[in-house]
Amino acid sequence: MSTTSPEQGAASTVPPRSGNPAARRPAPAPAPRRRRILAHAALEARVLLSNGEQLLVAIALPAIVLIGLRLLPIGRLEGAQPIETALAATLGTALISTSFTSQAIQTGFDRRNGVLRWVATTPLGRDGYLAGKILATLLVHVVQVLVLGLLAVALGWRPGLLELFAVVPVWLLGTIAFGSLGLLVAGLLRTEAVLAVSNLVFVVLVAAGGVAFPTSSYPRLLHGLVDLLPSGALGELLRACLAGGDVTGGSIIVLMLWAAGGSLAVARWFRWTSV
Amino acid sequence: MTDDITAPATTAAAALRIEDLTHSYGPVRALDGLTLTALRGQVTALLGPNGAGKTTAVSCATGLLRAGGGTVEVLGRDPWNAGPEHRARVGVMIQDGGLASGSRAMQLLRYGASLHADPLDVEQVAEHLGIDDFAGTLVRRLSGGQRQRLALALALVGRPELIFLDEPTAGMDPAIRRRVRHLIRSLADTGSAVVLTTHMMDDVVGLADAVCVISGGRTVASGSVQDVITAHREHEGVVSVRAVAHGVDPAAVPALETELRDAAARHGARLEITGAGAADLEAVLLDLMAPQDAADQAGPTR
Repeated sequence: MSTTSPEQGAASTVPPRSGNPAARRPAPAPAPRRRRILAHAALEARVLLSNGEQLLVAIALPAIVLIGLRLLPIGRLEGAQPIETALAATLGTALISTSFTSQAIQTGFDRRNGVLRWVATTPLGRDGYLAGKILATLLVHVVQVLVLGLLAVALGWRPGLLELFAVVPVWLLGTIAFGSLGLLVAGLLRTEAVLAVSNLVFVVLVAAGGVAFPTSSYPRLLHGLVDLLPSGALGELLRACLAGGDVTGGSIIVLMLWAAGGSLAVARWFRWTSV
Repeated sequence: MTDDITAPATTAAAALRIEDLTHSYGPVRALDGLTLTALRGQVTALLGPNGAGKTTAVSCATGLLRAGGGTVEVLGRDPWNAGPEHRARVGVMIQDGGLASGSRAMQLLRYGASLHADPLDVEQVAEHLGIDDFAGTLVRRLSGGQRQRLALALALVGRPELIFLDEPTAGMDPAIRRRVRHLIRSLADTGSAVVLTTHMMDDVVGLADAVCVISGGRTVASGSVQDVITAHREHEGVVSVRAVAHGVDPAAVPALETELRDAAARHGARLEITGAGAADLEAVLLDLMAPQDAADQAGPTR
């Protein structure tokens, strides 16, 4: 605690707006839009990466999936290296964990704690908050890809440049689809329900929604259903890019529809307060 | 979004002007014709019981809620349509803190400052409010008073012209509370308009230049603390006269008081010797709230 007297402290903390004109400062103004969004993205990314539970979901869990699918004879495609199918499943898991589960939980708590209300009164505003959040998610994804990619290389993955480039648009589309769904859950449900739903949906989608295992490994009756899930479409597209699977227009359309529908639903139904 | 900060306010001294404001949450009418003005260079306190409509009024004034009817003008603008240039001129400390629980105190304060072009010196603000004592602590581990200090720092770090403070001294120890009161006073003295929402009468009596008493979504009394007390007592047949006696020997005070009471008795009046303080204002508030409390107990009316 400072030993400054209240009077001295107040005077030094609050510069005069009247009196000596030479002491005046410019009128209050916002920082440039780009700086505001970058500041928010940096804060969100730091919070995500410095939280043990979030790191477990973002890095440790996908790493376990990678090692497990590399070693166990499950979830493989004919003609593809086990590490390739394992990495496709891992990156899908990592994307859903960060874009959907982590964002839903963090945003749900922000909503309950009044952060969304406060942010809306600052120069950042609601649109800046969302832009910063999306940027933070992409930053965390980059960290995930680097860590998990290096682990995959250690386990025998030898990537081609073309397949790495092909993954980028799939990754972005998946981030929009699952990010908007995460925000929708956070903006509609109570915080306790957000925790339960986002974790449950994550486990179900990864284990049984076409992420860890190719659609072809499901019973024939479930093919159509899994293909229509955003996770199924994401899993198929990642396998097509990384494990030489077939690229289907249907998967692209399904993921695009989820991304568009999710974004529209957020714009329509997201609630910024918990009242 | 257009927002010209050089445009003059429509009312020179009024930073906040609310007239006949209404707002409903579904069938519940939270504001029912509220009128309020907050001047630059003054601390204006909003008083009233929980559910009176204070938070809803502040939410309309900060652009969080759209006014159902009436006029809300903040620094000459409609806050609902205002952009970042306008929001940079208004600081807000909301009731539940609004602090990201996963961040650290100083990290959050630096972030808040980075949203402004020319913020206050973060280190100075932190030192003055004692935030440097818990700079590296996660927000979710802070005590209530520490959170209040951080929320207050975030509200004023952008050097706002108008500041909304919701229960700014709640949960603070006496030394910090005193420091925060001085800070709020200095904000007004340097030209800012401060709108204070509080249940702490000490804060009001010690700080507020003007008070606005809200009940049932309406303004039921407004003016200076002394004006509100006096007007209410005159209404009840009680006249309050404030006198300051200089050069009185402390030992002679009881005799002086007796003579004053005797003089009043000769005019058929009973004299109470008291200063206008927190207890007086609290008593007036409770009186003013009584009709609303009775209506609430009678059943839902909104």
